[in-house]
Amino acid sequence: MLEPISVSLESLNMATLAPMLIAICGALIILVIDLFKDGLHKSLYVMLTLLVLLIDLGATLGLGVNQRGFFDLILIDGISIISQALILIASILFIPLALTSKRFHEYSYPEYFALFLFMIAGYQFMVSTDNLILIFVGLETASLALYTLIAMHNRSNSYEAAVKYFTMGALAAGFFVMGSAMVYAATGSLELYKIAEVMQSRMDEAGVMVLLISSGIMLLIAFAFKMSLFPFHTWGPDAYEGASAPLAGYMSIVPKVAAMVVAMRIFGLYIDIGIEEIRTAILVLSVLTMTLANMMALVQGDVKRMLAYSSISHAGFVMAAIALDTTKANSGIFLYYMLFLFTNLGAFSMLWISRHKNNKFHNRFDHPYEKFAGLIKVMPIGAVVMALFMLSLAGVPPFSIFWGKIYIMSSAVDAGYVWLAIVMGLNSAISAYYYLKLIVYMFLKEPADNDGTIYYNLNKPLMTIIGIAVFVTVTSILYIQPLLEYITYMVSASGY
Amino acid sequence: MDNILSILIFFPAFAGVLGFIVDKDSARAYGISVASIEFLLAIWLWMSFDGSNGSMQFVEMLPLVPNFGISYYLGVDGISLFIVVMATLMTLLGMIGMSIEKDIKNMIISLLFLEMTMVGVFLALDAVIFYLFWELSLVPMLYIIGAWGGPKRVYASIKFFLYTFTGSLIMLVGMLFLAYLYHDVTGTWSFAITDWYALVLPVGTQMWLFMAFFFGFAIKVPMFPFHTWLPYAHGQAPTIGSVILAAVLLKMGTYGFVRFSLPILPDASVAMITPIAILSLIMVVYTAMIAYAQKDMKQVIAYSSVSHMGIIMLGVFAMNSEGISGSIFLMLSHGVVSGALFMLVGVIYDRRHTKMMSEFGGLASIMPKYAVIFGIMLMASVGLPLTIGFVGEFLVLLGFYNISPIMTIIAGSTIILGAVYMLSLYKKTFFGEVTNNENKGLKDLNSREMYSLVPLVLIVVWLGVYPKPILEPIDNSVKNLVSFMDKKAQTQEAKDIIVSPKKEEGK
Repeated sequence: MLEPISVSLESLNMATLAPMLIAICGALIILVIDLFKDGLHKSLYVMLTLLVLLIDLGATLGLGVNQRGFFDLILIDGISIISQALILIASILFIPLALTSKRFHEYSYPEYFALFLFMIAGYQFMVSTDNLILIFVGLETASLALYTLIAMHNRSNSYEAAVKYFTMGALAAGFFVMGSAMVYAATGSLELYKIAEVMQSRMDEAGVMVLLISSGIMLLIAFAFKMSLFPFHTWGPDAYEGASAPLAGYMSIVPKVAAMVVAMRIFGLYIDIGIEEIRTAILVLSVLTMTLANMMALVQGDVKRMLAYSSISHAGFVMAAIALDTTKANSGIFLYYMLFLFTNLGAFSMLWISRHKNNKFHNRFDHPYEKFAGLIKVMPIGAVVMALFMLSLAGVPPFSIFWGKIYIMSSAVDAGYVWLAIVMGLNSAISAYYYLKLIVYMFLKEPADNDGTIYYNLNKPLMTIIGIAVFVTVTSILYIQPLLEYITYMVSASGY
Repeated sequence: MDNILSILIFFPAFAGVLGFIVDKDSARAYGISVASIEFLLAIWLWMSFDGSNGSMQFVEMLPLVPNFGISYYLGVDGISLFIVVMATLMTLLGMIGMSIEKDIKNMIISLLFLEMTMVGVFLALDAVIFYLFWELSLVPMLYIIGAWGGPKRVYASIKFFLYTFTGSLIMLVGMLFLAYLYHDVTGTWSFAITDWYALVLPVGTQMWLFMAFFFGFAIKVPMFPFHTWLPYAHGQAPTIGSVILAAVLLKMGTYGFVRFSLPILPDASVAMITPIAILSLIMVVYTAMIAYAQKDMKQVIAYSSVSHMGIIMLGVFAMNSEGISGSIFLMLSHGVVSGALFMLVGVIYDRRHTKMMSEFGGLASIMPKYAVIFGIMLMASVGLPLTIGFVGEFLVLLGFYNISPIMTIIAGSTIILGAVYMLSLYKKTFFGEVTNNENKGLKDLNSREMYSLVPLVLIVVWLGVYPKPILEPIDNSVKNLVSFMDKKAQTQEAKDIIVSPKKEEGK
């Protein structure tokens, strides 16, 4: 006879689950509303999603640091709270971009919004656990939802993007499971803190070491796919090109933040116990990623693809901070993404407002450089705003990303990796070229003949989002101190 | 007014933002008024500046990111004061003399933003704030060259931007490393330059840091192998762009050497005297020869400007108060003179839309006023006694004589080389018969051009005859700097070479 299992509700600590539950309930509510009455306007769903996200954000920020819950599966520490907040802020900025004046296929389905919320719940699970299985479940929930969101844009290259992303994602999942299995074989556990203990005690056994290093490599490959690090980045630009512009911007931030947090947990552990091979591998990957993606971005003819490669390069830049594994570097990652989020989403929103049905300027690309020629004459404020985003991405002070760059470069110097800081600096200089190219087109070329395609999609909600992004990008100098203080506190409180 | 420095920096930017509202036809008058107010503010700063005090004055300090040691930290001393005054003056006169009609409002707004960054660079005492203005100055300049320049303007502007941006990113790594060293020693983060002055670093570390800063500054100066962007930028830039570029932006590089490299890294600076002096000499002689070979008047002026920057670099690395004061004075005179020369080339370009010397000849009989002013500026550029150019050049050579008499003699030869190419330019353009019929109907300087050029002529003569009111405050600050370096230097070689004023008195 089975023994009865008695678990008290208090020990489950359901508060730690609240943020995810809010997102899931929100998604279910949206589905139920659709059951009762169909044909409701997208603005209703956008606003509902927004409200759910706001409640979710409130619940997240209200969590206490360092608690466990739900059979110890959930771990709410500082980095889990800030990364959830990051994910939610990005989502809050992203979802009103659905309120375009023109109709787009995906927004006519309420399922789009439900899937979106399920995806967020997936990412939230992923960042707030140190159990390899739950990480996997969260990752796959979120990714599957994301593939569908991409495909719902309903163009042939969106399907291509979704299938490509899906295939590569499946491969990555395979690597992740393989790596986890090896870790389990070596240590007999799937909880990272227990794994660390066992690893430490069995460091001297050669067989275990081999297993551990190869598991580290497997996991690294899995995350390299997810973060589109070289040479596992090839799906990236195509997926970005096929996805709608805001979703592409979203993909450059949220999945990467989530993956970054998990990478910080897993590889931080490997580096802590002194497996230097993993550190070297991460450094090599990140340097190659930022350099080669930069080179590729130089030759792109399409602004969206350029931004895709630039996002990959930025991911490489940030990934290097994981190899440093200091509190400062880890805080730098969050600082960087917090600033990058607004600027990059803003830049992609600028592409979104110029989205139109027929490709007039180029038979393949939606947003070739020529389309933005002479924007300063056609739409002066738009040109200035886009130029601000480009300068910020290039790391020109005092715009926001400069502070992220300088902080990560400084942490590289502190950790004794001066060469890394120089590589980062040189890469920023290379990247300045392709951002400048767009500025040159916008400011220095004569306007091409365009019949309103540049602001085809523009309306008040989109302007509001872009306005917020500009505001945050420009005034960064005023809030860096409190932001940095909060992030550093949160990161050091969780022991990274 | 204790916060006059902040007002000086942000007034033009604020005015630039408001400038978006001003009507297109009145934009020029608006710009000139704002630049005049800014210039008067700078004069006010000069008047309230205590010239006998060599240390930082009007200091403002406001922590921005205390966790990371970044603060809003401004101050002015004799070294930066006059560069700021010169920057505001050249912006004002450049605006008055400007003949651009196309998109004049955008030009005025860009110039006002540029003025903010220029003033900011020279007043910042926090490395991050310095870097911020340094980088930001590239953006309006990029636009000015790219939007109003010649046929290859886009290429020239991008080359200008990327060159400087690359160098300054390496400099940024150097700054971060210095901040890290400071943190290592004291346990607190600081990017304040005055805090860094207190750091005594091992010579090996100093060399690395020196190289990092060298890349940032040398590209801006521009030093010999890195100078290739400048002729392009000058060749394609509109007149106003060349004026500001030559008069102020290049000075950021030499100023950086004086503000960062010398006092923070005295031993490395002394160790690097010979290589830098050789590069400077190559720059002086080589570009003077290139200047002689040019057919385009503006290119002659551009290369002569590079050539004179070489003398300034020599003065900075003379390591004694004559040399450094002389080179700072030369920065001012170079700003005034090369700015004026670019304006003069602009005058003839506006009339004939060509800058080729072969197109001209005998202009002296058609445009006498123009010829006179050009002649005076040419004399000043060559360094004729009783003009502004002589004072600085003389002091620099005097100062560098202590380091190496031979190099000083070679550098002195540039005065001859300079005379060769400048006089040949003058001969080809102004003397002889009027061969080209198109030149016969040219009008002499109009009143707008006179307003912008005559003040510069007055300055050239005034400071050439009586440089004391400017030289004295500069000298006081430089003496402070040199005796500080002397105290801080660790190697015997550095102690021997750095001639502190006190040592001299003891002799």
